[in-house]
Amino acid sequence: MATPLRLTFWTRFVEVAVLAIAVCFSIGASSPTSRLADLDHRLMCQCGCSQLLGECDHVGCPDRDKELADLSADITAGMSDQQIFTAFTAKYGAVVLAAPTTHGFDLVAWIAPFAVFGAALLGTILLVRRWSGVSLVRAKAAAAGANQAALDPAESERRERIRKDTGMDGGF
Amino acid sequence: MAAFGSFALLIALALAVYNLLAGTVALRLIATGQPAAISPERLADTARRAGIAGFIAVTGAAFALLWSVFTNDFSLTYILEHSNRALNPAYKFAAMWSGQEGSLLLWAWLLAIYGFVLRLRHKTDVKLYAYAGTILAGVQTFFLLLLCFPASPFALLPAVQTIHPLGVGPAELLTLQQSGVVPMDGNGLNPLLQYPEMVIHPPMLYLGYVGFTVPFAFALGALMMRYPGEKWIKITRTWTLVTWLFLTCGIFLGMHWAYAVLGWGGYWGWDPVENASFMPWLTGTAFLHSVMMQERKGMMKSWNVWLIFSTFLLTLLGTLLTRAGLVSSVHAFAQSSIGTWFVVFMGIVLAVCIFTYIYNHNHLKTEHHLESLVSRESSFLFNNLVLLTACFVILWGTLFPILSEYVVGNKVTVGAPWYNRVAVPIGLFLILLTGVGPLLPWRAASLKSIKKNFILPVVALWVTVIVCFAAGVRPWADGQFSSGSFYALVDFAVSAAVLTAIISEFLRGAAVISRQTGRNLFSSTVLLTRRNTRRYGGYLVHIGVVIVVIGLAGSAFNRNVESELAIGDHLNIGPYQLDCTGFTQDSNALYNSEYAMLNVSKGGKYQFQMLPERRVYLSEGQPETMVSIHSTFEWDLYVVYEGSNPDTGHPIIKAILNPLVGWIWAGLIVIVLGTFIAMVPSITPATAALRVPAARVAPAEPIFKGGD
Repeated sequence: MATPLRLTFWTRFVEVAVLAIAVCFSIGASSPTSRLADLDHRLMCQCGCSQLLGECDHVGCPDRDKELADLSADITAGMSDQQIFTAFTAKYGAVVLAAPTTHGFDLVAWIAPFAVFGAALLGTILLVRRWSGVSLVRAKAAAAGANQAALDPAESERRERIRKDTGMDGGF
Repeated sequence: MAAFGSFALLIALALAVYNLLAGTVALRLIATGQPAAISPERLADTARRAGIAGFIAVTGAAFALLWSVFTNDFSLTYILEHSNRALNPAYKFAAMWSGQEGSLLLWAWLLAIYGFVLRLRHKTDVKLYAYAGTILAGVQTFFLLLLCFPASPFALLPAVQTIHPLGVGPAELLTLQQSGVVPMDGNGLNPLLQYPEMVIHPPMLYLGYVGFTVPFAFALGALMMRYPGEKWIKITRTWTLVTWLFLTCGIFLGMHWAYAVLGWGGYWGWDPVENASFMPWLTGTAFLHSVMMQERKGMMKSWNVWLIFSTFLLTLLGTLLTRAGLVSSVHAFAQSSIGTWFVVFMGIVLAVCIFTYIYNHNHLKTEHHLESLVSRESSFLFNNLVLLTACFVILWGTLFPILSEYVVGNKVTVGAPWYNRVAVPIGLFLILLTGVGPLLPWRAASLKSIKKNFILPVVALWVTVIVCFAAGVRPWADGQFSSGSFYALVDFAVSAAVLTAIISEFLRGAAVISRQTGRNLFSSTVLLTRRNTRRYGGYLVHIGVVIVVIGLAGSAFNRNVESELAIGDHLNIGPYQLDCTGFTQDSNALYNSEYAMLNVSKGGKYQFQMLPERRVYLSEGQPETMVSIHSTFEWDLYVVYEGSNPDTGHPIIKAILNPLVGWIWAGLIVIVLGTFIAMVPSITPATAALRVPAARVAPAEPIFKGGD
């Protein structure tokens, strides 16, 4: 009876933890200022500096102020993040987004690392389990060998002969 | 000097080719036992001597290039493009690696130095060193081919080439300059490179890159000759550690350069060049850990061989990515069309590695297997798994724009937001393993030992969480979730647990010594470290890494303000007030500059003055930021002169408060110290016993857990 109870406890614990994390990630409403600060770090400056829009430090940058003005206007117009990204992509091309989207081929960029990590983790666990099994078999074989050494020489010789006769030693 | 340099490179190429061919023939003869007109051992020794002579030839070429820089020989295209008369002598050295051809010569020269040391030490194991020396000669041949043909640093200006194909002397150079064939002055060094770190950062990074050729050569050589036992790993251990240390220092110096010069307030932007240096570091780190499994247990032999093969290939890939113009980068100062050469060479190296592995893989049979999922061995496996996953993630992020363009014809950006979401969780998992691994015993861990070893770190973890919450470090602020704060919180908590785990390991051992010898705790800790330098040096490196990641987590709490300041104006950031007391201009032979004078006060009390500056270099007309940084244990006050308002002439100042940045550089010092300790041989128990005062000699030496 103890095992199901323990399982139930851990299942609940995991559920509560997942819920807590989900709440952490979803709470809060965003103000226009904080949205601007968030979104300008998800877009690239197009002046060729290879910096995030919010971090471009070039005075007189030909693109930064223009992009920031567009962004502010889009936020004021009540556009969603996705609509803003679509508008920017239409205007500047896909390179304006600081990270790949989660659509189409771009999705592969997000999935591949975790898929590789998951596969490698699973493979390692299976490998370790398999190796542990081999070690256990070897340990048992070693223990059996020790028992055999304890046998009297005549009995040991008789067993060895039988093993050879029956091919159980793996030899020819 | 152009003729001398070119000739030196040609001689070096001939010697490298001889070393490669004679070495290969000699080793083949030795392996097969075939009779030959010349003794194969003597032939192998001539090959080795050719390698040593090659070092002298490449050194001659490097000297010729430096001579040309210092004598302002602008008849050479390379010198014209990367130097000028007014350049500071220290930066004239930097001119050597500021361009494609020069940096390839630096690579070849460093490889020649490594090869020289290796060949001088050949008596350690003549046959293995002969294999390694021959493989090094193969790599050297590739770089010398590049230097002699598509990327010669001694190429003359086309007009000079027609008149004087062998180069010009000082008198002829003057004549040509007066007649206008050769310019009177050069284009100068890229302003971004005119910074103290740039004199040592590239050589450090290259020492790391090139250095991995040595363990690669030993691994491939040992596999080719079916070297018995694990002695080759012991031989290459110091080489690998030194190389790893150079690469580590190179990466950190690059970070500091980016922080102090680029002026955006950060030190790591997941730029392709940064990624290119980080990937071999990750696989090299994995190799340093997993070779311990091979040394102790005879396990993971194939894995280790492939790790070092991959590390070497990644150093080549890094060079390909940055030099061939496949990806754009703020760090890439030299690009050309040598990419094809690199692709072909990488293909040859990979083919040789695969063929050798398939041919000799039976030699790499594992002698033991893991006994438990919860053991030191499995922690090494998981450590390798995470390091290689991190390497894959970075490689994937670096190459995805190219892949996307190839597959869907649409180039995308893979920037910091992607890496922060994908790589940061993996990095945190790795830090966790850094603490967990040393606490697990070899073979298998019992539940009792796990409880005993982990209780203190777990307590430290939760205490840190509570303290952080109390101090205001919360994943949500102003009703909004902040992933940066969340990761920082996890980072602080895990780091505290790991530090507790490692420090308790030190204290546990030191307490035993203290009890048995009567020494104080500090003295016992020193003795403990000296008795197993490798283990405790390694722990110090782990402490250094943890200190670095604590510093990295500080970036989640960066604050910045930007303002135009007239005299008498001020701006506030954190506890500081910056008062503008003046702004002025200056100029010299190299650049014109503008800078502001800012008095910084805290709590109404004057603290110090900051002078952020902006330079415009005359030769290239390129602006450069000279950031003013005030570092404390708690944070850096980072002030940038962004420019001036053309209407008012007032400076525009950006001030950034970067918490915990100093911890990153402090962590590097601990890493360097730990690596040095790990390289020093341990004192033997017998020697140690002699150092214990006679009156306090314990009846027996304390017994320590073996290994690392």
